Amino acid sequence: MTILTQEQTKRICDRVLSLSKADECSVTVGGSRQGNIRFARNAVSTAGLAEDTNIAVQVAFGKRQGVATINEFDDKSLEKVVRRAEDLARLAPENPEFMPAVAKQNYRASETFSKKTAAIDPEFRAQSAAYAIEACRKNKLVAAGFFSDSTSFTSVANSNGVYGHQDETGLDFTCTVRTEDGRGSGWVKRSATDAARFDPREAADVAIEKALRSVDAKALEPGRYTVILEPAATSELLGYMLGGFDARQTDEGRSFLSKKGGASRLGDKLFDSQVNIWADPWNPDVPVLPWDTQNLIARERMDIIKDGKVNALNYSQFWAKKKGVRPTATPGNIIMAGTDKTTADLIASTKKGILVTRTWYIRMVDPQSVLLTGLTRDGTFYIENGKIKYPIKNFRFNESPVTMLNNIEEIGKPVIIGGDEVPFQMSIPPMKVRDFNFTSLSDAV
Amino acid sequence: MENQLERRTFLNLAAGTAGAMLVPVFGNAIAAEELQSSMPLSLKKALADAALNAATKAGASYCDVRIGRYLNQFISTRDLTVQSVTNTESSGIGVRVIADGAYGFAATNAMNPDAVANAARQAVAIARANARLQTEPVRLAPLGGNGRGVGEVAWATPIRKDWRTVPVKEKAEMLIAANKAGLDAGASFMTANLFQVNQQKYFASTDGSYIDQDIHRLWAPLTATAVDKETGKFRSRAGLAPPVGMGYEYFDVRPEHKIRAAGGVTTLYKGGYDIVEEARAAGRQAREKLTAKSVEPGKYDLVIAPENLFLTIHESVGHPTELDRVLGYEANYAGTSFCTLDKWETRKFQFGSDKVNFFADKSTPGSLGAVGYDDEGVKPKRWDIIKDGILVNYQATRDQAHIIGEKESHGCSYADSWSNVQFQRMPNVSLAAGKARLTPDEMVKDVKKGIYILGRGSYSIDQQRYNFQFGGQLYFEIKDGKIGPMLEDVAYQSNTQEFWNACSAICDERDWRMSGSFFDGKGQPSQVSAVSHGASTTRFNGVKVINTGRKIG
Repeated sequence: MTILTQEQTKRICDRVLSLSKADECSVTVGGSRQGNIRFARNAVSTAGLAEDTNIAVQVAFGKRQGVATINEFDDKSLEKVVRRAEDLARLAPENPEFMPAVAKQNYRASETFSKKTAAIDPEFRAQSAAYAIEACRKNKLVAAGFFSDSTSFTSVANSNGVYGHQDETGLDFTCTVRTEDGRGSGWVKRSATDAARFDPREAADVAIEKALRSVDAKALEPGRYTVILEPAATSELLGYMLGGFDARQTDEGRSFLSKKGGASRLGDKLFDSQVNIWADPWNPDVPVLPWDTQNLIARERMDIIKDGKVNALNYSQFWAKKKGVRPTATPGNIIMAGTDKTTADLIASTKKGILVTRTWYIRMVDPQSVLLTGLTRDGTFYIENGKIKYPIKNFRFNESPVTMLNNIEEIGKPVIIGGDEVPFQMSIPPMKVRDFNFTSLSDAV
Repeated sequence: MENQLERRTFLNLAAGTAGAMLVPVFGNAIAAEELQSSMPLSLKKALADAALNAATKAGASYCDVRIGRYLNQFISTRDLTVQSVTNTESSGIGVRVIADGAYGFAATNAMNPDAVANAARQAVAIARANARLQTEPVRLAPLGGNGRGVGEVAWATPIRKDWRTVPVKEKAEMLIAANKAGLDAGASFMTANLFQVNQQKYFASTDGSYIDQDIHRLWAPLTATAVDKETGKFRSRAGLAPPVGMGYEYFDVRPEHKIRAAGGVTTLYKGGYDIVEEARAAGRQAREKLTAKSVEPGKYDLVIAPENLFLTIHESVGHPTELDRVLGYEANYAGTSFCTLDKWETRKFQFGSDKVNFFADKSTPGSLGAVGYDDEGVKPKRWDIIKDGILVNYQATRDQAHIIGEKESHGCSYADSWSNVQFQRMPNVSLAAGKARLTPDEMVKDVKKGIYILGRGSYSIDQQRYNFQFGGQLYFEIKDGKIGPMLEDVAYQSNTQEFWNACSAICDERDWRMSGSFFDGKGQPSQVSAVSHGASTTRFNGVKVINTGRKIG
């Protein structure tokens, strides 16, 4: 019941639109089935399955808007949710920034669904956890982790003729492996749309190797170092920065992309010319819905940073109208160009440097320069003459991703990485960066 | 970890990935009037009994049922515009059982005896499946007193004005008035939001408890941003007033609710909040920040107001003393802890200086953590975590008490919804006031080279809670016993144990007040909880301060 077909949702959308007496109406029908298994201390701690369906109806009378949701699908319930939205709209204050529903859009389908992922069952989840647990028990290590998978559908429609329906699947796996004495810790993250591209053994082995190699860490002096940042070490930094590519904030003078005298850095070369970042809903590694779920504008391929230049900012409908430009759909993914070089290749070409597995607890210190702070975690190593020499203690950094993307020495092969605290699916490469600013040491393992 | 995606969390907005919807909300969006309806107690008891009986019949040795109705209202404003008003409701039943020594949990939003009994049987089946992987059976600490449940009881947050009865228009006008005051005082942009929570929770267990609770919380965060287009510089100043476990009477401010900060640098609030006055100060101070002196990095004696220190307490004392983190259950997400059991067992681990006393409780009126009973039906109490600087205890639930030799639970069980299983969550953890009489102004008199810090700014700490870096909202230079001009680009960076051992003075109880976190995230899938932390203005000697100013482009 949870996963409705296109025919079923089309009927529901048409029914809702025909019931509405408002000036305009938009409807979203969505449903998901999400399974998970959590483990810690080499045993399963919780496992669950949650199913949910929902209809959201948004209507407007003039500049007054109302939204209502319901989780039943019979005609009586549909009528109820429409009337409720209308009642709320009539009572709402006029929104001076009201924007009418978008005109008919052309949504080109993206490959966001995989049968194999949709077929994941409790046995599959248990097996994903079991490999890590069993391998850790054998190696006197302790595993903790979380596997989650999701199958969902979304249908959108509005009274201007917009209609879209698409199924999605996804999975995320994270695993932390620690030595029994707590002196070593390793971690791995894998994300995929298609379960065929997920190998829990390969993933667990990465975390196990990092845990074993990180014991007996030496302390290096804080300072500026050449670093090789694995994708999980930069995903949140990039996410923070790209989340700020907003035209309104920039034009209002309260963004790192604002300039003296009220201008913006749009078109400026702010990064190293090797940096190319774009969004593309049809990217086969990180496919996302071909529409912006907030305003239903069709997504398109969009160059965000081109050869180091700020190429595009996000314009909300309101701000685009005010500035006389075309509004844009918010990207759902972030793709950064790379090369064929593996992380091992980047290490091999490094005379002296530090390998960072991941960064953690990243927070904005100063939005003026996007200065971020955070720490390395679960596998930080010293590199000398092209080889990993020994594990080192974790560092806190204070660094701006803008500076980081200016100091790029070498770029590797992109990998898929789901955002933890950022709303993007990402495909980003490992990077070698000079003068990365580590400001203090941490005793945390 | 303290959650940054606050509005997203509150409305449960999906992150643009699987399952995203036009306006997905934390439950169903409803009209404001519908928030005031409620479910009869007799119906709740009948549903609970259906679950308890079904679970027992299916072989559970223990069962608890939580019937929840979670109501939220969120109002957001920007400058002179109301951006959104959202009312949400989520209701359903969660059943937790112990069968064959293992936990099982199942939840349903169908409020009828058949569905509830079915969920109970599912929970037993899940427990049986999990039991095969279990190495040690779950051991629940006995309840206090006669060891039996509490019977039929009720508890409600003591409120004088229910937010659900206050017209949305009145609330929106208050927020807009605050924005206007901030804009008039110097801000280029203002935002003011109002988060309102009512949790109607009914708990029943096979121990013989039937507990009906009605819990209220409020938070009204605001931000003023000042822009100087000529120089391209911008600065913001967030509101300093705490979120509270109170009714809407929080906004009926009286003179005794106002506190003059040291040196009169700003006005602070306790028990009542003048949001318009605070917005005016925020607008003025955001503008002042544009020309404030950039801090010289180095070691300073810090005089930290409770409005900043609460978050440092949350991160460096609250989290590392959560027993599940200490044991490794959170290793894959929030992390573990430096407060290991071996350190605790010595009874000699010098967490802080001998002036440092931390206690935990879930009963302080007005606090975010205040409840009559926790989500295992345990009546909360007060206990010491750090005593005269020594680590003496942790935060535990019923199934953890035996690990640290406690006879009964600390009452730290919490679930953020009927559909999530309850687990160990942080109670209010507070720094006890100093015993000697001391005001913030008197404290400043003894400081030669220092900084006075107020408000929560950026915050980051490692996964075992050693190394942290915290910013604030307002910083003032202290020179030769006097508060001087405003400073900018300040962050203090330290190690938890070093920092609390550098604590040299704590103001007395006249200055003690709570602030808190409305969205503390923990667990996978993540659950949020709300928690307060009390403190008086406190002095720390010789703490490293860094300058966070940078140039890009």
